[in-house]
Amino acid sequence: MNTQAPSIHITLDGQVQPVPAGITVAAALSLCSDGTTRDSVSGERRAAFCGMGICQECRVLINGQRRLACQTLCAAGMVVATRSSEGQA
Amino acid sequence: MKTIRPDSCDLLIMGAGPAGLAAALAAASTGVRIVLVDDNPAPGGQIWRDGPGVVLPVAAKRPRQALLHHANITVLSGTRLVAAPDHKEVLLEDAEQGWHLRYDKAILCTGARELLLPFPGWTLPGVTGAGGLQALIKGGVSVRGERIVVAGSGPLLLAVAAAARAAGAQVLRVAEQAPLSQLAAFSATLLRWPSKAVQALSLLQTGYRTSSFVLAASGHGHLESVRLQQGGRTIDLACDRLACGFGLIPNTQIGQALGCALDEHQAIAVDAWQACSQPDHFAAGECTGFGGSERAWVQGQIAGLAAVGQRAEAQALWPRRQRWDAFAASLKQHFALQDAVKHLAEPDTLVCRCEDVRYSQVADCSSWTEAKLTTRCGMGACQGRVCGAATQHLFGWTQPVPRLPLAPTRISSLMQKPVKIDRSE
Repeated sequence: MNTQAPSIHITLDGQVQPVPAGITVAAALSLCSDGTTRDSVSGERRAAFCGMGICQECRVLINGQRRLACQTLCAAGMVVATRSSEGQA
Repeated sequence: MKTIRPDSCDLLIMGAGPAGLAAALAAASTGVRIVLVDDNPAPGGQIWRDGPGVVLPVAAKRPRQALLHHANITVLSGTRLVAAPDHKEVLLEDAEQGWHLRYDKAILCTGARELLLPFPGWTLPGVTGAGGLQALIKGGVSVRGERIVVAGSGPLLLAVAAAARAAGAQVLRVAEQAPLSQLAAFSATLLRWPSKAVQALSLLQTGYRTSSFVLAASGHGHLESVRLQQGGRTIDLACDRLACGFGLIPNTQIGQALGCALDEHQAIAVDAWQACSQPDHFAAGECTGFGGSERAWVQGQIAGLAAVGQRAEAQALWPRRQRWDAFAASLKQHFALQDAVKHLAEPDTLVCRCEDVRYSQVADCSSWTEAKLTTRCGMGACQGRVCGAATQHLFGWTQPVPRLPLAPTRISSLMQKPVKIDRSE
């Protein structure tokens, strides 16, 4: 990965975090947390699985909307939440 | 920059991988208005996925540059086709809104996804698809210093291992389920496609095992170790990630939703012009069957030319396509799945990851529909994209034509008004 990329700041589960510009939200989660994205219907933590927008495991709330972390690029000021009842829908 | 959301076009191309890019560029010279829709952040598909962890090859950069020189091609990245509400009308959705688009002709270049089969522990964080891990690394996921096991089937496993190594990971093992005899036979056929032989040699590495497959993944809240069958014995490897994919399967849902028939391999059926059973609809690339980017490219060119009526130019490309069709047939033959990998799930292994449905709940069902009705298998967010394909391989269940919407969709998108058209024409 290009470590020269300028940093931007996003908010992950309430914590402001610097992340390299141009990475996906899935990448930001793996850099700044344990990489998990949601609670399954039986309460297991899950993380990005297919990596290409098919399996929906990496769905998180981004600026209040349900989006796929693997297909969404981080943007300055973005607010990402992985622990939400809406994420279980 | 203002987002352009056209409500009509002459040629709609779904998917901006090699096939979609080739189709758009081949059709563009006639001046038709082309809309190229793709759900990823940038064109390129899976093989030419761009990102901070990527140095794109020239073959990938050139078509992306070429797109910019055609004012009649509108590229809509980060955009998903969610429904087909009317004949030749689709509902699209991006991060901000949904809208309807009418088209005259369409080319489906929706690619393939990985076949992901259930095994104990496959829902643990740290376990991903094989191509899935490659895509995540390209998107900036760091694997530096991590211990990785790659498993499943197909030449993709070698590319994934090479990508992980290049990103600083330690690849402990590449477990290919196909036996050595098949691999040797496949390697012998590679002489017919010298570029592929060179590619294979450059990817070969130690740690590659044949007749080897994952038995289970385990860990507390995150992957900690993987148990592999390796020939006649069982081994355990402590690791941080498992990248496991059992080959590629065509993405046919959008094609089916638009009325296109499938062939005997469950891929979108096409004729010599890449035309589908539905008039004015074409398909190219891996949604018509797995065969690599070279085949996808030439299929895309043929589809693009045929769609704009340049049949002589399209026909001139048939011999090139035939060459790559033979490569695809060789892949399919030599990486056929062994029966053992269809019996990895245990009674309490989840089959449906969205609704958390266990193997024991669906094993006694007689069909996909019965499993859905009695267990909610396949009724979650992915709409059976993962477990539908898995149960097709595990139990031989066939999938019905998918219902709309094809993906989780915002209510506000579903409420968008159709495009007004003059029906008196």
